[in-house]
Amino acid sequence: MGVFIAIVQILDSTIRLSVPLLLACLAGLYSERAGIFDIGLEGKMLVGAFAGAAAASVFHSALLGLGMAILISVAFAMIHGFASITHRGNQIVSGVAINFIAAGSTIILGQAWFQQGGRTPALQPGERFDAIVWPGAEAVRDVPILGPIYSELISGHSILVYLAFLMVPFTWWVLFRTRFGLRLRAVGENPAAVDTAGISVAWLRYRALICTGVLTGVAGAYLSMVQNGGFVKDMTAGKGYIALAALIFAKWKPVNAMFACLLFGFLDALSIRLQGSPLPIIGKVPVQFMQALPYILTVILLAGFIGKAIPPRAGGVPYVKER
Amino acid sequence: MSTPYAKLPAWADYGLIPVINLFVAFVVAGFVVLLVGENPFRAAVILVEGAFGKGTGIAFTLFYATTFIFTGLSVAVAAHCGLFNIGTEGQAYIAGLGIAVVCLAFDSVLPWWLTFPLAIVASAVVGALWALIPAYLQAKRGSHIVITTIMFNFIAASIMVFLLVGPLKPAGSQAPQTRNFLAGAELPKLNWIIELFGAKIRSAPLNITFLLALIMAFLVWLLIWRTKLGYEMRTYGHSPKAARYAGISETRIIITAMMISGALAGMMALNPVMGDQHNVAIDFVSGAGFVGIAVALMGRLHPVGIVLAAILFGMLYQGGAELAFEMPAISRDMIVIIQGLVILFAGALEHMFRPYVQALFASFSPRSVGMEAVKGKGA
Repeated sequence: MGVFIAIVQILDSTIRLSVPLLLACLAGLYSERAGIFDIGLEGKMLVGAFAGAAAASVFHSALLGLGMAILISVAFAMIHGFASITHRGNQIVSGVAINFIAAGSTIILGQAWFQQGGRTPALQPGERFDAIVWPGAEAVRDVPILGPIYSELISGHSILVYLAFLMVPFTWWVLFRTRFGLRLRAVGENPAAVDTAGISVAWLRYRALICTGVLTGVAGAYLSMVQNGGFVKDMTAGKGYIALAALIFAKWKPVNAMFACLLFGFLDALSIRLQGSPLPIIGKVPVQFMQALPYILTVILLAGFIGKAIPPRAGGVPYVKER
Repeated sequence: MSTPYAKLPAWADYGLIPVINLFVAFVVAGFVVLLVGENPFRAAVILVEGAFGKGTGIAFTLFYATTFIFTGLSVAVAAHCGLFNIGTEGQAYIAGLGIAVVCLAFDSVLPWWLTFPLAIVASAVVGALWALIPAYLQAKRGSHIVITTIMFNFIAASIMVFLLVGPLKPAGSQAPQTRNFLAGAELPKLNWIIELFGAKIRSAPLNITFLLALIMAFLVWLLIWRTKLGYEMRTYGHSPKAARYAGISETRIIITAMMISGALAGMMALNPVMGDQHNVAIDFVSGAGFVGIAVALMGRLHPVGIVLAAILFGMLYQGGAELAFEMPAISRDMIVIIQGLVILFAGALEHMFRPYVQALFASFSPRSVGMEAVKGKGA
């Protein structure tokens, strides 16, 4: 029974840890499917986290915090769009720039506004998204097997967690069952064809980036308003890049993205859980190896050893209308 | 790469446009200072004074500049070949390992002028090898170099943390770093050069690696513009198709360019490790690899430009430290914002002001932008 409880706990923290990855990964999915590489997921999450926590603590409202997180994150996505769509700049350079601006400005503004060494004030109840306890969760807690699964794993997360997982089928539906999604995918494969059909490539790509901004904003808000109860400097800590890795791992597909993020979240949960304690058979695994595993797996995947990852064809290429 | 823009005179292309872009980046940074509630002009004065006001300041500025010259050159060499090496950070970090091995083995036996060349070779080789795998994967398996080099940054960080909290840490020590090097692995300072001009220097880490950086800048210029290999790299960077058609081996050129880039990144580690700290510590690169991206873009990928841009960023680092002291609201992280803005305006938005500059030039003299003056029609 102890083992079972431990597994449920690891899976529970897997869900918690994979939510920001999942949101950021789906965010990247929208932009990359539209042909815009986005290295700046990390930075947009970070400004989202900061704006969310700052607004929530100033206005004493979790919803306003979330709104602000989304707003600022979308604003940063628009900078990316302005540089890489309107001015046809290098998308990777632009993404890198956004990451730096985000990293620097959150610390500087955080320090100037709150004077807590780059932190925002700790969020009070009501300023953060609380866990939702599902009906009967307490009652069935003692039921063997199903009880812990229901009360630990399914119940007791914040609304953003459920939202993140609902975004998976929603994104699938948008991309593969709506006209907007068809066009979005087309613009990432062959923008000239979309242009010929009389649809604005630039506007379509901007809309894709708005979706990206919204989702990275929610991801940031999750970090600072659910997982942590306040903003801490550099709190994204490379999650944007892991999300990018997950996106490649998922071969730019929404449902795969969920599994990739769950896998990376699981590795993270496992490395926290195992911290120093030996595994059966393998022996003691260094924490650093577990932390590097998502990156190593992505490199191996990229090398084409686990099936080939083919990016959208027009990815990274600014569209120049023929004249 | 075909640019949808008309040509400008060279001085405008290489002088005016970068200056405009830089100016805009600093204006935006000024607004951030304003947002924080400080006076941006006073901040600028403190910054420049902190960097160049005293001999010690100049020495520190050049010490930081040394680091950025290496990383800037590293990014530039890859960029000339059309590759975005975002892994400079990791290549420099892991190169610390090569230096550590050389220094720990020889610092009690050899004098510095024998350890130094060995360490140069070790850092360059380790850096190059760390770039080799992403290069190979790009050339042979088509995996995107940007993604693999990012992943390799994280993998390098994990390996270094593992080694520095474990095997490389001396027994009984708490700090995650190697033991301090002995005199045989300490590089001589260059502060006397500045003292020749009459300035007093208390203690600054400016060391002989600065000269190595300048030599490397010259060699990179030689490589890119005066050798067959450099020509091939630029050809591939401009048009992979043309390069293939001309019989240039894609695999060879990608791998060579990335390994040179990695080697330059690796040599960066010499400056802080052997010139300043005299040990290899966790996160000793501290973002210098990413600064290299800004430096390379600002220097328009030319070694002269890179040296100038590196000195500018050295100034920001040194002056920024003084600034943080004078204006507590502005910490050193202000530089990260400036760095980001420079990358944004000098890199991603480099063409933003070009049409206006072109229109301006065209209104003065159509010839200068390659247009024939047509009578009666106007340019």
